[in-house]
Amino acid sequence: MRTVEGKVVVLGSQGVGKTSMIVRYVGKMFNHHINPTIGASFFTCKVNLEEARVKLQVWDTAGQERFRSMAPMYYRSANAALLVFDLTQYNTFTAIKTWVNELRRNIEGPMVLVLVGNKSDLENQRKVDPEEGRKYAVNIGATYYETSALQNEGIEQVFLAIAIGLAKLSSGSRDLMTSLRVYDSVSSGLSSPDMPLSPSSEESTTDKSIAFAIQERPPACC
Amino acid sequence: MLWNVNRKRKFINSGKTKVFSCSAMATKETVSVGDGIAEPGIEPGASAETMLVTTDSFEEYEQEMSSSIDDKHMKESTTSTISEIQEEVQDIPVTPTPTSPVDLKKVASPDDPELEDISYQFGQTSLDVDPLRSKAWLAQKKHVFVLSQAGKPIYSRHSSEDKLVTVMGVMQALVSFVQDGNDMIRSVHAGDTNFVFVVKGPLILVSVSKTLESVPQLVLQLTYVYNQILSVLTQSQLTRVYDQRRNFDLRRLLTGSERLIDHLLNFMDREPAFFLGAVKCLPLLPSMRDSITQTIVQTCGKIKNLVFAILLANNQLVTLVRMKKYFIHPADLHLIQNLVDSSESFKSAESWTPICLPKFDSNGFMHGHVSYLAEDCQACLLLLTVDRDVFFTLSDAKQKIVEKLRRTNCLEAINESMNKTSVTTGEIGLPEMRHVLYKCRSTAQFWSPGFQSPYTTDEEVERLLGLYQCLHHRLHAPSRPLKLIFQQLDKETMLAWVTSGFELYVTFEPLVTKPDAINSVSKLLKWIKKEEERLFILNSPTF
Ligand SMILES: Nc1nc2c(ncn2[C@@H]2O[C@H](COP(=O)(O)OP(=O)(O)OP(=O)(O)O)[C@@H](O)[C@H]2O)c(=O)[nH]1
Ligand SMILES: [Mg+2]
Repeated sequence: MRTVEGKVVVLGSQGVGKTSMIVRYVGKMFNHHINPTIGASFFTCKVNLEEARVKLQVWDTAGQERFRSMAPMYYRSANAALLVFDLTQYNTFTAIKTWVNELRRNIEGPMVLVLVGNKSDLENQRKVDPEEGRKYAVNIGATYYETSALQNEGIEQVFLAIAIGLAKLSSGSRDLMTSLRVYDSVSSGLSSPDMPLSPSSEESTTDKSIAFAIQERPPACC
Repeated sequence: MLWNVNRKRKFINSGKTKVFSCSAMATKETVSVGDGIAEPGIEPGASAETMLVTTDSFEEYEQEMSSSIDDKHMKESTTSTISEIQEEVQDIPVTPTPTSPVDLKKVASPDDPELEDISYQFGQTSLDVDPLRSKAWLAQKKHVFVLSQAGKPIYSRHSSEDKLVTVMGVMQALVSFVQDGNDMIRSVHAGDTNFVFVVKGPLILVSVSKTLESVPQLVLQLTYVYNQILSVLTQSQLTRVYDQRRNFDLRRLLTGSERLIDHLLNFMDREPAFFLGAVKCLPLLPSMRDSITQTIVQTCGKIKNLVFAILLANNQLVTLVRMKKYFIHPADLHLIQNLVDSSESFKSAESWTPICLPKFDSNGFMHGHVSYLAEDCQACLLLLTVDRDVFFTLSDAKQKIVEKLRRTNCLEAINESMNKTSVTTGEIGLPEMRHVLYKCRSTAQFWSPGFQSPYTTDEEVERLLGLYQCLHHRLHAPSRPLKLIFQQLDKETMLAWVTSGFELYVTFEPLVTKPDAINSVSKLLKWIKKEEERLFILNSPTF
């Protein structure tokens, strides 16, 4: 089986729940005492699809404005961007547009985009209409999800979508794939510097159809 | 009301100005130098080698007081240690600051309307009422405020700062009124309350305190707050934003960092490390500590641009390895300890954290690989470099360090020491001695035993620390420093003693006699001497 190794950058305003989502997925829990990220944190995890094993190296960036200038360091080499907003704060949705423009201007290769509205458990405080989110996602060639890191809703699908997107990317034209690493499983043990202490989680393929938008449209930043 | 507006020149030249008197220490008996205690023959923990810059913490105060009132930008170093290191590592080309493809200036532009509203949502949980009408707020023992020279609120310790526009306006007016007379306001004393002002760069920092802390001690704390702000922004960024716009709202750049200041202030209320200007080490068998140090040296020795490797457990120093020629200032290490202690999230993942160490280089960021050793060993390793592109190199190095430490049982040794309750003076065999702070001056390290009765509640511990601070102030009073103090108070008898090698602050049972106290001090010194290799780091390893 093929192994695909991709870099994922998580972007979005402060407090939207980026770290909470990742900790929910990787650590299988919700931590109420997460501090604002300082700089960036690094996670790894694995997703097993039918056709490939996908290893994700996730850069969880800090949303605070003082770290804004460091973002390029993380998205420049990324194969996928997870764009997170808080669906109870409209301005965090607006901020996504700034991120997308910035990515468009600075990223040359293809990139998997996933747009996520987090905190769906706060339905009564919702400020972003799901239709608006979905429309915008289609517009930029992203898939759209709404999640609750608190109640563990939709999180698995988000990471699955990223994995499927990366697997698709890697089977596309190879010469474009400068930074996405692909190798056969026989040699994988040798060629991949695995991070044994980092948290990892095994996922198996479920419904592939959720990644439809990635296939429908070419990724945004080609 | 006593206005204490010290004209700078007068302050320096006369040296007579009495800034503060420690009135609360109603002394029944005070004994001065040479009264029955001889310079000891020993200096436990002393070492010719040190990884810490050993300066007196009050140097800050002196600097503060002697800084020219015309020169608003304090005499911070203008040379950049960070670029010096980058240039010195000759084997590799100097990493130019990567020119980011993005127009970052635009992103950071203070006029970006999109950012305006974001910055207010994340303020502290605010009192809904006007804080000035709130009894609880008014009763707080120590307030700390930060505002810009233009009078814009930046930080308030006990309430949301935007509720305090008027109060801050008054503070700004006071400062600028005195400045207009080519003078500098230092402190105002009203009843039991001290108002202390520090003007640094574009910021005004104010402490309003009902504690027994002296003016120099409050100045020191405000300086720490200022340094904490520098640590997240750097001096150059701070200067730049205000040069561009005098009216800049700094909260936009500090949102999310107020918690670091909050934590720092609470930390200073219960940690003697700050006023001592010293660092405490995790007690370890010297062979274990050496083995840990060597593991780090061997694994990281070849990594270029790595400046400091710091291992902290329970916020005590396990080891510190440094690049040759460079040392770390205890004040910088305290900011690192504050960062680690206030950031639980470092436990959940490896982090790559920019951090400015103001004493080391106030104008640039270092990059820190921050991680805990392992699930089963909660010691925090920080690898600080001037190279922003070496995360994965450091990540690999950390992995190797942990594997090796595990094989050599060092993780176990760290855990064992972390889980052990600190030895008390009673257990050492000094029944009349309740507690002690021992600072070795040549290494800027200190040791203290565990608290025992009656210092078992937060209030009692804070009261004790207050007493120590009073003693510390009297040993270091700029006008009339003392060498030895012995005083019997209502609830305890205190002894403070400074020699060329150490500073000692001891708490005794209230009725201890002077000969017994002196006898017990010499026993204590012998004990510390015997244990010094375990309690202190006596060498200064380099990569
Ligand atoms: N109700 C609700 N709260 C959430 C959810 N996800 C995160 N939060 C809360 O939102 C706050 C911010 O979460 P973080 O995960 O730290 O946000 P972040 O995006 O990583 O923030 P930065 O690191 O500062 O950029 C925390 O108080 C979380 O508990 C969610 O799904 N529902
Ligand atoms: Mg975060």
